Amino acid sequence: MAKLSMVKAITQGLDEEIKRDEKVLVFGEDVGRNGGVFRATDGLQDENGEDRVFDTPLAESGINGLAMGLALEGFRPVPEIQFFGFVFETMDEIAGQISRTGHRMGGSRKMPITIRAPFGGGVHTPELHADSLEGLLAQTPGLRVVIPSGPYDAKGLLASSIRSDDPVVFLEHMKLYRSFKEEIPEDSYTVPLDKADVKREGKDITLVSYGYMVQESLKAADALAKEGIEAEVVDLRTISPLDEETIINSVKKTGRAVLVQEAQNQAGVMGQVASIIAEKAILSLESPIGRVSAPDTPYPFSQAEEIWLPNKDDIIEKAKEIVNY
Amino acid sequence: MKKIDFEQLKSTPNTETLSILDESGQVVNQDLMPDLSDEELTELFKQMVWSRVLNERSTKLNRQGRLGFFAPTSGEEASQIGSNFAMTTDDFILPAYRDVPQLVQHGLPLYQAFLWSRGHVDGNKYPDNFNAVPPQIIIGAQYVQTAGVALGIKKNDKKTVAYTYTGDGGTSQGDFYEGINFAGAFQAPAIFFVQNNGYAISVPREKQTAAPALSQKAVAAGIPGIQVDGMDALAVYTATKAARDWVAAGNGPVLIETLTYRYGPHTLSGDDPKRYRTSAEVDDWQRKDPLIRMRKYLTDKGIWSTDQEKVWEDEVNKQIDEAIKKTESIAPQKVSDFLKNTFIDTPPTIKAEIDAYTAKESD
Ligand SMILES: Cc1ncc(C[n+]2csc(CCOP(=O)(O)OP(=O)(O)O)c2C)c(N)n1
Ligand SMILES: [Mg+2]
Repeated sequence: MAKLSMVKAITQGLDEEIKRDEKVLVFGEDVGRNGGVFRATDGLQDENGEDRVFDTPLAESGINGLAMGLALEGFRPVPEIQFFGFVFETMDEIAGQISRTGHRMGGSRKMPITIRAPFGGGVHTPELHADSLEGLLAQTPGLRVVIPSGPYDAKGLLASSIRSDDPVVFLEHMKLYRSFKEEIPEDSYTVPLDKADVKREGKDITLVSYGYMVQESLKAADALAKEGIEAEVVDLRTISPLDEETIINSVKKTGRAVLVQEAQNQAGVMGQVASIIAEKAILSLESPIGRVSAPDTPYPFSQAEEIWLPNKDDIIEKAKEIVNY
Repeated sequence: MKKIDFEQLKSTPNTETLSILDESGQVVNQDLMPDLSDEELTELFKQMVWSRVLNERSTKLNRQGRLGFFAPTSGEEASQIGSNFAMTTDDFILPAYRDVPQLVQHGLPLYQAFLWSRGHVDGNKYPDNFNAVPPQIIIGAQYVQTAGVALGIKKNDKKTVAYTYTGDGGTSQGDFYEGINFAGAFQAPAIFFVQNNGYAISVPREKQTAAPALSQKAVAAGIPGIQVDGMDALAVYTATKAARDWVAAGNGPVLIETLTYRYGPHTLSGDDPKRYRTSAEVDDWQRKDPLIRMRKYLTDKGIWSTDQEKVWEDEVNKQIDEAIKKTESIAPQKVSDFLKNTFIDTPPTIKAEIDAYTAKESD
């Protein structure tokens, strides 16, 4: 066991999967010699050879088209999109092609592809790099969208994603890459897909979130505890499809919910969570559902990130409002 | 090569890189010497020096936390300034993130370029008569848009051109092909620059494509493509000037590949060039430095001196000091303003958000 940052845990996880299955291929822009712009693939080419870990020409549509073709030839591709802000370049390959293959070919072909990308904000990238566009893909049938909230989950969820025969979009929040470390077993392990996780138990209110917002929710829960409010923190981990059971069980227990996302409010993943609660746990609710999200503008210029992004104070304020409703 | 034959270049890529000044500042191609007065020649060089100083100052300002995003330009002055020098402010520029020098020479106040770097929307507020868009981040997007601006220019019967820049890596994007093909199909007045500095972040040019030259990609679009020594400002200027005349006369678009090099890292956001290139390679390119050869040429001609250069550098530094000061005096951004800019006809949900943020902002 060693304490690793999330980016190191991901590198280790990729290395293990490359060694475990000879069909696993890791590729993208600058992932080879350079080890990726965040160093997520650092050393993997030296260690495993250029056959397994390689640079592509600069074209996101090309990268995921390549992945689909390789999958048809029996490979298990793990392409990287350098920043998820560039996903628009490859929406057809992801949402129009890869995710529909099972459907279009009547289940006669599989697409065991894991598309990795850094996403989210708060690290002062230039325009159009940072964003929370996961909602675009959470709405796409046939795709899993997986988002870890820390190093341990990242490695285990990545292993499950790569081993899955279905396509996965695996999003790594940029602010989590190096912000803290966790104990990571040397040996490979998996964390299940389609399962949310209760990151902190509490009886008064449920805070549902994913990715970096889980960390802000945990901070908020600490602060709320000092004021006598015990918050339960649910980490969705797979944001599409959703683990309804964990969400409903928690809300039934606490009777209150605040739904937290870094993405803009309109049509976000938490809109779906609210719908599930309204459909399946409304009689347990003691107050309206609260939401914490970003304002409905495009992702802001980097100097304005702090005033735009939701944070623990917003969560605390909303949680108190809902508890005291 | 006597005169650049664009009609011929449509079907046959040039096999010899166009150059005029060699590394020692000697004219090797008298036939293609541009028709520039002494004043114009020194102005061209002054802009190159300006760009070099701006690069050095921007790097320092970034390290001090006074500037944000910066993509170094040192080594690319001939390509960037030499091309822009052949344009007029009536022409429309669609730059990429590294093309801030051209954008400022085209008319963007320097303090606004600094605001853009720092991530402030005021850097991107352009007056109506400024023919430009902010530096493009999404690689290739500016190429397709250039076809559109150029078609608009044609429909408006203007005698100007649209011009845009991408890198060697950018030529791999679908948008690159779509842009040059659309401009060709509509015979629109566009000039497409490919600044081939040998790398797309860490990926060497040889890994981008099996094509031996990037300029030859023009042939498939049925438009002329020409490869130019991108360390030679006179060669870049000559090719661009000829292309501009030809394009503005209604002959359709042109693609120009400049062979150049960036001395610095890809950007100042953590790139480490030692991971993918040797210092010997950098030294080789620095021997081809665009400023050295141009300075030598002008000095031999008796129209430039080191004293003059010193005075000019001081003046540039003063301009930069003033610009950064102005940048730092601009009021911080507000979420309510972003919300107001999201729609022209603001819907009720956004109005509610504007009210909520305005209340918070006045706290
Ligand atoms: C669509 C898209 N993909 C990836 C990137 C990330 N990125 C920024 S610059 C760059 C390399 C560009 O290389 P090149 O076109 O040669 O231009 P240079 O930076 O060398 O001037 C990459 C991959 C991006 N900005 N946009
Ligand atoms: Mg390049």
